[in-house]
Amino acid sequence: MAQTKPRAGRKSGGNSAKAKATSKASQALPGSLTPEDLVEIFTRMVLARTTDERIWALNRQGKVPIAASSQGHEAAQLGSLLAAEKDGDCFLFPYYRDLALKMAAGLTPTQVMLSFMGKAGEPYSNGRQFPLQGADLPNKIIQISNVVSAGLTQATGYALGCKMLGEKTVVLVYFGDGGTSQGETHEAMNFASVHGLPIIFVCENNRYAISVPQAQQMAIDDISSRSAAYGFPGFSVDGMDLLQCYEATREAINHARNQGPVLLEMRVERFMPHTTDDDDRRYRPADEVEAARKFDPIITIGNILIEQGTLDQKKVDDIKAQAQQAINEATDAADAAGLPDVSTIHDMVYAP
Amino acid sequence: MPEMTVIEAVRDAIREEMERDSKVFVLGEDVGKRGGVFLATQGLIDDFGESRVLDTPLAEASIMGIALGAAFRGLRPIPEVEFADFVWPTINQLIGEAARTCYGTNGAVPVPLVVRIPYGGGIRGGLFHSQNVETHFFHTPGLKVVAPATPFDAKGLLKSAVRDNNPVVFLEHKKTYRLVRGEVPEGEYTIPIGIADVKRQGSDMTVVSYGLTLHYCLEAAEQLSLEGVNVEVVDLRTLTPLDTETVLESVKKTGKLLIVHEDNITGGVGAEIAALVAEQAFEYLDGPVSRLCGLDVPTMPFAVNLEEAYMPDTDKVVQALRKLAAY
Ligand SMILES: Cc1ncc(C[n+]2csc(CCOP(=O)(O)OP(=O)(O)O)c2C)c(N)n1
Ligand SMILES: [Mg+2]
Repeated sequence: MAQTKPRAGRKSGGNSAKAKATSKASQALPGSLTPEDLVEIFTRMVLARTTDERIWALNRQGKVPIAASSQGHEAAQLGSLLAAEKDGDCFLFPYYRDLALKMAAGLTPTQVMLSFMGKAGEPYSNGRQFPLQGADLPNKIIQISNVVSAGLTQATGYALGCKMLGEKTVVLVYFGDGGTSQGETHEAMNFASVHGLPIIFVCENNRYAISVPQAQQMAIDDISSRSAAYGFPGFSVDGMDLLQCYEATREAINHARNQGPVLLEMRVERFMPHTTDDDDRRYRPADEVEAARKFDPIITIGNILIEQGTLDQKKVDDIKAQAQQAINEATDAADAAGLPDVSTIHDMVYAP
Repeated sequence: MPEMTVIEAVRDAIREEMERDSKVFVLGEDVGKRGGVFLATQGLIDDFGESRVLDTPLAEASIMGIALGAAFRGLRPIPEVEFADFVWPTINQLIGEAARTCYGTNGAVPVPLVVRIPYGGGIRGGLFHSQNVETHFFHTPGLKVVAPATPFDAKGLLKSAVRDNNPVVFLEHKKTYRLVRGEVPEGEYTIPIGIADVKRQGSDMTVVSYGLTLHYCLEAAEQLSLEGVNVEVVDLRTLTPLDTETVLESVKKTGKLLIVHEDNITGGVGAEIAALVAEQAFEYLDGPVSRLCGLDVPTMPFAVNLEEAYMPDTDKVVQALRKLAAY
């Protein structure tokens, strides 16, 4: 039986010289980031984590039918988002595990809770879809489905469209290690390369596709190495390291805009079972998650901020308390909100 | 007789067929160590090993193509599509290739494979975990399509499907998996593919259904019996080949027909049955052939009230039957 490799034993950086260079710089902020940026992103990360934990609890209370958690993926999601946000001209095709990304991209906690409870006014699909699935165009996001890797060719087509229109937009499409097995993943990367499209393929590699470990999905270690076959660069970065993810994405955006596609593998940890429906004890060693939690980005970033003197422990605690407060209010608001009007069920099968 | 759930019946059938024939094997996402996301293959990897219970990479097109190729070589694969909603990448291999293989080789290459597909809604699955996909296969000659509603039928039909030399699409309604319990005889039995089952005898009206909605029809028939109306409930069990004889016989007896399914109404299985009855039992009809089906929207929505609006249920069947009874 193939085993997943514990984090500590992994070589970091994959085929990427860049990953090695940036990992040393992790304690110092990359030149383009201010301490305020880091506080801001830490605050959003705490809010996302708090929301995530609450959603899980609400599922157990029967108020949220299903949820996929982004716990453990936050540094990858928010590091890349921060780079996209600072760039100002990026468009995102996330996947179902990107709660932290979608929240940080501009949703209020109440909007998030409305979505998870399937209530009216939910921004992605007005309650038609799984939570946070559909489109959030004001925040430059499309995610039509949870069908694994269906978004990759779409994102490639979106990038083609931007290029045809003479726009400078860079597209970021997110997927898991499991998603790399789909034929369309290959088709998307090949097409993007042939046409030199401004797209970044961001693989959040948590080494599991539900229960199937990486070694049973592929015979290679570094997903980023696949890019060589398409003729564009690929990098593996420590996805638990926000600054590394930020820096790698920033450079990738530059490259994508001027030279074409990049494959960014972010090595993350899935702290929770696959979804609220899953029981990972069937297939995952108990101590694996425990070991992974030592790399929890919330702890890491909190410590960096304290070490750098940007925040003290009290301010960190305040940020957490404020997040709890915000989620309490959001939960109450969503609980009290109405369901979508039944008469809307036939709306928008076709465009008006 | 012992009672079991639909999922247990499915698991038993796979296990028995794997024990009986070493050419039978299982492949799909999470079917090994995890035992499938619905636990249909739970324990099989322990008893039959990794060589006959394959956890595949996440790629449905290859799951189907590889199953097809193994069937060409004489094995009897049981690929699983994790949810019906993810069957679309298999369509090239399943509808495009497998369905045409026997015809296209003039019978030289049989395709003894069964693709198991958990389908259907009413479980707050939204657009991508609730889909009814049967009509696409129902429309395709060369495929057999089976859609049982009870543990007894699921087990007997799955065993027949594994022994069949044609590609069989085996549809398991997710909501029935743990909700529906029933008696299943101990030991070996099979149920032939292509034979409907009259699940309740009646003389006043016929209701035809399959899968989850069959149970709503049975409950509705029970209610109507209290109003003095005797409803006959026909469970198709197999969609292809369709047991036209049982349907026509029932309609000729009762003169009234309601067809109930969860799939969209337009171009669905019900439309075909309505056409059949109009052509072959016209002079026996005593009321309009009626349908109660899913709405013509791209899958039922997530919000609880929208999902309810989409789904047929016992109340809706009762209303439809009363309306028909009034003729
Ligand atoms: C096409 C398709 N097949 C199967 C599924 C069921 N499924 C949902 S998530 C998942 C595993 C995905 O793993 P990965 O891509 O590594 O992402 P992760 O959940 O680990 O972030 C599977 C098999 C699906 N959603 N889409
Ligand atoms: Mg994964």
